[in-house]
Amino acid sequence: MADIGRKVILMEVCGTHTMAAFRYGIKDLFPPNLHLLSGPGCPVCVTANDYLDKAIAYARKEGVIVATFGDMVKVPGSSSSLAEEASNGAEIRVVYSSLEALKIAQENREKKVIFLGIGFETTAPTVASSILTAGEDKLSNYFVLSGHKIMPPIMRALAQDHELKIDGFICPGHVSTITGSKIYEFLSRDYGIPCVVAGFEPIDILQSIYLILSQIKSGQAKVENEYDRAVTWEGNLKAQALMAEVFKPESSNWRGIGKIEQSGLKIREKYESFDAEKRYPVSIEKSRENPGCICGDILRGLKTPLDCRLFRKVCHPSHPVGACMVSAEGTCAAYYKYSSA
Amino acid sequence: MCIAIPVKIIEIKGKLGIGEVGGVKRKVSLLLLDEVKVGDYVLLHAGFAISKVKKEEAEELLEMLASLDV
Repeated sequence: MADIGRKVILMEVCGTHTMAAFRYGIKDLFPPNLHLLSGPGCPVCVTANDYLDKAIAYARKEGVIVATFGDMVKVPGSSSSLAEEASNGAEIRVVYSSLEALKIAQENREKKVIFLGIGFETTAPTVASSILTAGEDKLSNYFVLSGHKIMPPIMRALAQDHELKIDGFICPGHVSTITGSKIYEFLSRDYGIPCVVAGFEPIDILQSIYLILSQIKSGQAKVENEYDRAVTWEGNLKAQALMAEVFKPESSNWRGIGKIEQSGLKIREKYESFDAEKRYPVSIEKSRENPGCICGDILRGLKTPLDCRLFRKVCHPSHPVGACMVSAEGTCAAYYKYSSA
Repeated sequence: MCIAIPVKIIEIKGKLGIGEVGGVKRKVSLLLLDEVKVGDYVLLHAGFAISKVKKEEAEELLEMLASLDV
């Protein structure tokens, strides 16, 4: 680092990396000129309020079961949360897999089961697969509210951000098992940013940082794969094909960041009988977020939770104001748990 | 949310496998991954096998974790 002799800003774009970097004290090992920012890599955190408000509107309907990954339950929407709706009698089921949501639909044929499909390329193929299975099983009461997002467009937006000036990306390991490390090639080629796909052990993260710094030192910018025990250049072609069969890219709203073209996944017309928004549209109030919450700037790496006047005062895990405090992988939750400052 | 853990496939019936890690068994959908055999290590995410893991490295990692007693 001393040889590089300037401030170096790296960003990890995966919530699991955020937590690992804190848990193992990796940030404490850095020299003062090395900075590690947490990016928009937690799907729950980047899900905007309009999506949550729709989920809440479904939960309020008679004869509806909302099935969701657990982290979504406590995230505050514009005026309520799924947890609050559950305490008012709504039927919310926490599932670990979309397959469990399918099972709930099979066992409750008289009800509509709305599965909250959120997550990046790691999770989207699993939900695509559940839609295909529902089709094969002729299940007519299983619907997905798709809030899936993909990484390349948001990483392009971050690379173009003049306020940020990112020198290197630690790329998400499990997204890459599906997409392959090839999806980051444009970042090194077009923006001159070194990219290293990393695993989740402390040694993986340290090794990836070393690889990025070595590239910077030698004036290179390329994609390297530190997580080669699970990730290949091409990725999981079958999962990619299933994802492309069921979903198509569309513009998507990111919490605090706004709309990014082609960064979300919409269910194709061919499968619209499983699309909650098409089959069973709901109207929602005008979405709003707490004006004091700076989740958006935190997700872009421009600020840290320590810059937020709500952090630890009115916003804490038992009373989260923003999504970054709710998710176990959120930057605010990580700071709350591991940072004493 | 993209958490995935390496599990050893100990049984396969059609497109459903049983994965085992540290004595815990879980159902693993094999719909996203072809050519999985009993004895392979796969990454399990949200009920699905999403990628194969190199056997030696998975075993080394699991041994290391076991020795930490965590």
